[in-house]
Amino acid sequence: MKITIYGPGCKNCVNLADNAKKALTETGVEAEIVKVEDMKEIATAGIMSTPAIGIDGEVKIKGRVATVEEIKELIS
Amino acid sequence: MLLVFWIFTKFADLVTYSLFGLEAGSRLGESVHFFFYDTTKIIFLLSIMIFFISIIRSYFPPEKTKKLLSNYRKITGHIMASLLGVVTPFCSCSSVPIFIGFVESGIPLGITFSFLITSPIVNEVALVMLYTIFGWKIGTLYLASGILVGIVGGIVIEALGMEKQVEEYVYQISAGESEVEELEWNDRIDFAKAEVKEIVSRVWKYVIIGIGIGAAIHGYAPAELLAEYAGPNNPLSVIAAVIVGIPLYSNAVGTIPIVEALMGKGVALGTALSFMMATTALSLPAMIILRKVIKPKLITVFVTVVGVSIIGVGYMFNFVM
Repeated sequence: MKITIYGPGCKNCVNLADNAKKALTETGVEAEIVKVEDMKEIATAGIMSTPAIGIDGEVKIKGRVATVEEIKELIS
Repeated sequence: MLLVFWIFTKFADLVTYSLFGLEAGSRLGESVHFFFYDTTKIIFLLSIMIFFISIIRSYFPPEKTKKLLSNYRKITGHIMASLLGVVTPFCSCSSVPIFIGFVESGIPLGITFSFLITSPIVNEVALVMLYTIFGWKIGTLYLASGILVGIVGGIVIEALGMEKQVEEYVYQISAGESEVEELEWNDRIDFAKAEVKEIVSRVWKYVIIGIGIGAAIHGYAPAELLAEYAGPNNPLSVIAAVIVGIPLYSNAVGTIPIVEALMGKGVALGTALSFMMATTALSLPAMIILRKVIKPKLITVFVTVVGVSIIGVGYMFNFVM
């Protein structure tokens, strides 16, 4: 599984990446976390408000920091 | 609400006069009292207002705004874009994806700018604070003029035909459609709670610095001097206020206490509000972010157009009030 964190590197994006890491440790799911910081790529993914999180290339939650619980649901 | 304000006054009394033992009516006492009263009051009001406004905002994600805007052209488009700029959740770190999303979906450049200009000026949080601190008349004037600056600025940029001044790659991107999540009522409440936490933790320092400066002005600034140089009788004060405001970057929330204290010292309303608009709408960090999608020439045009509009608004305020 691949988890993608979209965001230009602002504080919220860091928080979102941390939540994703926590969700992975707590569930024991194996996944790779990739950060996309390039504006072009973010826009190409159809995202207009950051941060956003995608699972296997599909954007799931955007415009806010998804909680650990929400990410757990997404990856289970 | 009045009871709440009473509690904050008592709290400030207690801290200033009993805890610090400062004398009521002394300069230092006045400043310190103003600081504690304003900090508690503003942070409290801010939290409540962000909560309710975020609920409203949750109905207007940028994707929806984009869809809505692609239905309008010309003047109606500018008006709609400027109005939507008021309610669409927006932070400066999202301005690039929003810009690309709008332009790529065929929304004209000028209409995109109407949105981008109004969005930071009419920050609803700042607006609510203006209403509570200065009353509905000034709040409404600020709202109307913020929207007007966006409409006029966008129309001018459209008329100048600046399409070539957008970085080429923007036109080559084809943005995918991504689903907008369906929100339940509790999702909206969770969103609003998260927004309160996020925004308050981001702006509190600006509020405290703003109030600190406001408190110093309150206790120490020479009223006669300010009234003479920045009062309604000095026609150059608005221009000076905008030029000083552009490089300064502050949240509107932090600027309001300074504006409040300056006005108490006789600075004209229009001068004070143009200063506030200039610090929020035009800032160095925002321009650096925008540079990723537009060329320096368009940035210059943007700053000039918005700067001139804000100066116009300042004169209008000084004239009306």
